[in-house]
Amino acid sequence: MAELVVHQEKVTKEVADELIKICPFNAIKYEDGEIEIDAACKMCKICVKKGPKGVIEYVKEETPRINKSIWKGITVYVDHIKGRIHPVTFELIGKAKELASKVNYPVYCIFIGYQILESAEELLHYGVDGVFIYDYKELEHFRIEPYTVVFEDFINNIKPSIILVGATPIGRSLAPRVAARFKTGLTADCTSLDIKKNSDLVQIRPAFGGNIMAQIMTPNSRPQLATVRYKVMNAPEREEKAFNKITVCSMDVKKFKSDIEVLKVTQKEQEENIEEAEIIVVAGRAIKTQQDMSLAYELAEVLGGNFAGTRPLIEAGWIDPRRQIGLSGRTVKPKLIITLGVSGAVQFTAGMKSADYIFAINKDPKAAIFSVAHYGIIGDIYEIIPKLLKKIKDAKGLPEEILPKYAVPVSEN
Amino acid sequence: MEIIVCIKQVPETNKVQVDPVTGVLIREGIDTKMNPYDLFAIETALRIKEKMGGHVKVISMGPPQAIEVIKEAFMMGADDGILLSDKKFAGADVLATAYTLSQGIKKMGNFDLVITGKQTTDGDTAQVGPETAEYLGIPHITNVLCIMEITEKNITVEMDMLDTVEIAKLKFPCLISVEKDIFQPRLPSYKRKLETSNKDIKVLGINDMDDKNEKKYGLKGSPTQVERIFPPDENTDKEIWEGDGEDLADKMFEKLKEFKFI
Repeated sequence: MAELVVHQEKVTKEVADELIKICPFNAIKYEDGEIEIDAACKMCKICVKKGPKGVIEYVKEETPRINKSIWKGITVYVDHIKGRIHPVTFELIGKAKELASKVNYPVYCIFIGYQILESAEELLHYGVDGVFIYDYKELEHFRIEPYTVVFEDFINNIKPSIILVGATPIGRSLAPRVAARFKTGLTADCTSLDIKKNSDLVQIRPAFGGNIMAQIMTPNSRPQLATVRYKVMNAPEREEKAFNKITVCSMDVKKFKSDIEVLKVTQKEQEENIEEAEIIVVAGRAIKTQQDMSLAYELAEVLGGNFAGTRPLIEAGWIDPRRQIGLSGRTVKPKLIITLGVSGAVQFTAGMKSADYIFAINKDPKAAIFSVAHYGIIGDIYEIIPKLLKKIKDAKGLPEEILPKYAVPVSEN
Repeated sequence: MEIIVCIKQVPETNKVQVDPVTGVLIREGIDTKMNPYDLFAIETALRIKEKMGGHVKVISMGPPQAIEVIKEAFMMGADDGILLSDKKFAGADVLATAYTLSQGIKKMGNFDLVITGKQTTDGDTAQVGPETAEYLGIPHITNVLCIMEITEKNITVEMDMLDTVEIAKLKFPCLISVEKDIFQPRLPSYKRKLETSNKDIKVLGINDMDDKNEKKYGLKGSPTQVERIFPPDENTDKEIWEGDGEDLADKMFEKLKEFKFI
């Protein structure tokens, strides 16, 4: 729909040097007196806005506009396993209602599964305008082909403008498949959503693998799909009374063909879930050795909380990947979070910035973590934490030597 | 068994920032590496090949210098690789990327299995795998924790579903995206490096694809558009404390007590 056009007649060595310097993606090359933009270009348009005037131009091509008015309403995908609804669903209903009220849209749920009628009734207590269920034995387990076919059927019938899906394993598998089938846009892990008067969804998420947020639009395709993680939005209060109704949809079962056979579903052993913790201590790169992880373990222990880590420590194998906070890990919303020497890249902060109280300790006064912290503590964790531990132990009457629940694994290299 | 692995070159650091005043992106260093999650995908492919025979081929999309990650895959043991590179591919979102990859994969001959990593460390979307499977018209399973069984006709995998684990059997051809730690990735071998240093790597552009319609690739083929970029929100209501360890520990203790965490 648009492209960058280089006006080569204005290109000199100096102009090229300047452009090469400002391009953050190293996508501009200068050869034989001409500038070439290669495939590394992310269309950030910095070269247009900040480069020498008029050398690179952003040219928009007129494409036929789609008729947005036939697409109406916001649909929430009901994430569940065997009818047990994942709480992210209610959070998405909350967000959908807020967005819908701005453009006077209905909010619907699509619920795909087997023997789910009873679970579907629960959704009516959250103020949705209707729940559409596809209830077939063939849909008992999540299998990608039948679930996509059902979603396709629903979209063709209801024509929702916006579809919100929880960023769970199922959601992250199903939403892209549906988006590709309709050749439309999908934005993963949105941290904020808004809607324009013309029904365009304003999607905000961290981008370009850096400390940057991007506002992403799907200006000329419908439906608009977005995934949102658990614990990012707020669920509405459950109402005593149930409103509106459930529509049972029927489909030709022959369409539920699949090359996947689910052999077994086993419940995992009840593992501690950092998403549910009210207090979390996060270990960051300032922790120098695996033994020193005890600082984080002990602090978590004396505060009655849990512990987590950032990507470098997970990659080092010091922490279980299930305890990773951030875009490639979990999103948490505890009452208290204390970060120990975490630099605070946006990939991390996107997973924890809605905590009620954020205490961040870092030696570097310029660390990005201080921009999200409520209490920024410029100092060395090795000096502060042992002293803090002593104070807490004294106050709580705990012995000096405690054996944290999460002891450092004894491993000799 | 013919296996294709999708890999990507990503920036070495994620220290990209927006200057809050000028709005200009600042990237520290331009070093690149293979997306770390892809190492697990390559390793999975190599293990399957060791058991079943066949070939492991890698495919990547990116600027010309992304050829480096294909060479790295060769050093690990991949047999063949292609790079999709064309300035008309620039600015691609998930849909355009998946379409380009699916077009490229169709140029690689018959395949049984496509393997991708969990996600990339620059885009962090984890969506390209499933969208590519859709364009290839094959089933997919994500979050694969381990491979239970593999035969000439199908593969049985364990999928992580948060609270549950599912065991599912997929018929070939299919796509799986594997979790970190499914296998310990092997290190690139120096011997392989010498053996493969002159190996031919095909670079395909839009004119090599079956579908040459420019509107399906790059920015033009991307339904989503980045409207603006900006620095993350500053939390303005904050306190910054400085001092020695004792002072800071004191202050923290008092504040945590005030909020009744102690």
